[in-house]
Amino acid sequence: MKVKIREKMMIFLLAGAMFAFLTGCAAKHCDSDKPEDLVPAKLTLDARSDTKYMIDAYDPLECFNRRMYNFNYYFDTYFFLPVVSGYAFITPDYIEYRITNFFQNLREVKNLTNCLLQLKAEDSGITLGRFLVNSTIGLVGFYDPATDFGWLRRNEDFGQTLGYWNVGAGPYVVLPVFGPSTCRDTAGLLFDGAVKSVCTDAALDNAESKSAILAAANALNAIDARHRVSFRYYKSGSPFEYDLVRRLYLDLREIQIAK
Amino acid sequence: MKKYFSLFYFLFMFFVISATVCSAESGEYGYPITNPYVATILSTPPDLAAPLPKEIPVKELEMTVFPDRKIPDVLWYNEKLFYSLASQKEKAPLIFIIAGTGARYDSPKAIAMQKAFFQAGFHVICLSSPTHPNFITSASKFGLPGDIRSDSLDLYRVMKMAWEDARESIEVSAFYLTGYSLGGTQSAFISFLDENEKAFNFKKVLMINPALSLYDSAVRLDNMLVENIPGGVNHFDDFYAKLMQNITNSYKYGDFVDLNFEFFYRAFDKVIPTEQEQKAVIGFSFRISAANIIFVSDVMRNSGWIVPKNLELTRYSSITDYGKVAGRTQGFSFYAENMLLPVFKKNNPDLTLERLIDGSSLRSIEEYLKRTQKIGLVTNEDDLILGKGDIEYFKEVFQERARIYPRGGHCGNMEYKDNVAYMVDYFKNR
Repeated sequence: MKVKIREKMMIFLLAGAMFAFLTGCAAKHCDSDKPEDLVPAKLTLDARSDTKYMIDAYDPLECFNRRMYNFNYYFDTYFFLPVVSGYAFITPDYIEYRITNFFQNLREVKNLTNCLLQLKAEDSGITLGRFLVNSTIGLVGFYDPATDFGWLRRNEDFGQTLGYWNVGAGPYVVLPVFGPSTCRDTAGLLFDGAVKSVCTDAALDNAESKSAILAAANALNAIDARHRVSFRYYKSGSPFEYDLVRRLYLDLREIQIAK
Repeated sequence: MKKYFSLFYFLFMFFVISATVCSAESGEYGYPITNPYVATILSTPPDLAAPLPKEIPVKELEMTVFPDRKIPDVLWYNEKLFYSLASQKEKAPLIFIIAGTGARYDSPKAIAMQKAFFQAGFHVICLSSPTHPNFITSASKFGLPGDIRSDSLDLYRVMKMAWEDARESIEVSAFYLTGYSLGGTQSAFISFLDENEKAFNFKKVLMINPALSLYDSAVRLDNMLVENIPGGVNHFDDFYAKLMQNITNSYKYGDFVDLNFEFFYRAFDKVIPTEQEQKAVIGFSFRISAANIIFVSDVMRNSGWIVPKNLELTRYSSITDYGKVAGRTQGFSFYAENMLLPVFKKNNPDLTLERLIDGSSLRSIEEYLKRTQKIGLVTNEDDLILGKGDIEYFKEVFQERARIYPRGGHCGNMEYKDNVAYMVDYFKNR
C-alpha cells in the first residue's frame, strides 16, 4: 500500500514535468524566434565588461525552470489554492492553528535529525525538549507550550545539513508544486521525506487502513503548509519576478545554512 | 513570557532608535524615528501603529480596461487590472485609495489604509499605481506611465469602471479620494479632472506624502542609489553582497531563529548601519520600480530600447539580461527623456522635456489647489522626496489644510496611530 502512495506521488510529479515540457515544446520556446525585421536593441549589455550582477544565478536549467514556474501557477490557481481556500472556509481559525501546530510538531523529527547531523548540541536539546513537551503537555502537538518556555523552534532540514557540510547548492531548480529549490535542496527534500516515511511507518505499524490515514494526513499537511505561505506566483506583477524569487531563495538558504 | 518578550523587543527598538532619536522633549508628536531614512525603511514600530482589524472582508476584483488590447505573452499575467473592494452592508461613503510608485493595490500601506477606512465605516476601493506593471500593461492608455496628467486620466477611467461595477452591490452616500506618495499627487490631479466631468464630485481629497514634482522626486530617489554605492552603480553587486553578509552575520550570531520582520527590526543597525547605505537601499527599491517601468513600457510600445524591436518574448523567455540593462540606465531621467517625451511629442510638437516635467508638478494646478477647499495634505518636514522650499510652498498653498508632521521620512509614519486618526478624522469630521 505504501508503494501505491509513493507511486501516486511520482506520477503526479512526472505529470507536472511532462506538462511543462509538452506545453513548452508544442507552442513556445524559451528563445523566441527571431523575426526578419528584428532591430537590435538600442541599449545592450557591454559584453567586454566584467561587471557582476546580483540578479545572476547559476541556473543552467532556466528554460525548464521558467516552464515549471508557469506550471506551478496553473497548479496553484486551478487546484491547490481552491482546495486551500475551501479548507480555510470550512475550518474555524482555532482548529486551523491546532492543525498547523500538530504538523509542526511532527516536523520536529526532521528538525532534530538535522540538528544532530550538524552536531548542534544545544539546538538538538531544545528541539528534543520541544517535541517531548509539545507531544505531552501540548496534547500530541495541538498546542505549543514549548515556545512559551522560550524554546523557539529550530527549523532545520537536510538541504541545510548538506550545506553545513559544505555541499554546494548546485543548479537552481523549480520543482513541480514545491517551487524554488536547488539540486542540493531537492536531495534534502528526498532524504527528509524518506526519514519521515520510515517514522510514520513505524508509528502506524499496527494501524488498520494505514494507507488511508497516511494519504489523508499527507494531504492535510500539504494543504496546511500552503495555507501558511502567502506567496502567489506572478502576483508581484514584476516582469523580473522569476529572477527576484530565485535570488531571494538562494540568499535565504545561504543565510539559513550559515546559522 | 510573551510580556517579557515584547518588553525586550520594545527595549531593543528603543536602543536601535535611540541613536537617531532626538531628545524626548519633542513629546507632542510621538512617532519615534528621527532619521528620515530609517523611518522610510522601517516605517512604524508595530506597538505604535494604529490598532486595526487583523482581517476585513475584501473582494479581490479584476477588470478588462481595453478589450481589444493584445497583451504580449511575456506579460500574460497582467492582462487584467487587479483591484480590491471592501464594502459595508449599509449605505456609506466610498473612498478610493491610490497606491504609491510601483506599488500594487494590496501593498502593506494600501492595506493598512483600507482597514482604517473600512473600520471607520467607508466602502474602500484600492487601486494600484499607474506605475505598477499590472496597471501599465492593462490600463495605461499609452502603456507608458510618468506623465501625471495622462496617468490621472487612466486612473479616472478605471475608477469610473470600478464604480460602475460596484454600484449594483453597494449603496454610496458620497465619494472621497486619497493616495500616498505618487498616488497622493495623482489624487489632486484626478480631483482637478473631476471638477469638469463630475463623475464623482468628490467631497474631499487627501494627499499623503505627495511628490510636489514627480520628476524632481524621481531624480532625487535615483540619486540616492547612484551617489551612495561605493565605486558607482556598476559596483552594486559588491554592495548587495555586503548587505547579505550583514544579514547573515546578524542572524548567525544573534539569538534569532527566524528571518522575520522582528529580526529585521532588531538587527537594523547592524544590517544597514550607515546613512549612506540606508540611502542606497531606498534608491535600490525605487530602481527596481524604475526598471519594471522601463522594461514593461518598452515591451508594450515595442520601442526597441531594451528589447530588440519586433522580438516577441514569450512567457518562458529568459529576460534576466534585459533586467540588468533596464536597471543600469540613468533611471527615471533616462525614461522621461527617451521613452516618455518622444511619444507625447507626437501629439504635441511644442512639447519639451521641461514642459513635460512642469506639467507633472502640483505647481501646474496651483491656482486650483489654492482655490478649492476640498483637498488636504499630510506630509513630513523630513520627507526625503521633497526638496528645499517644498514644505514652505505646501504651507503657503494649503494653509490650514496642510498637516505637516515634524518627522516620519517618506511615508514612514503613515501607520502611526496619530497619523491614522488624523487621516480618518479628516474625512469624517472636518
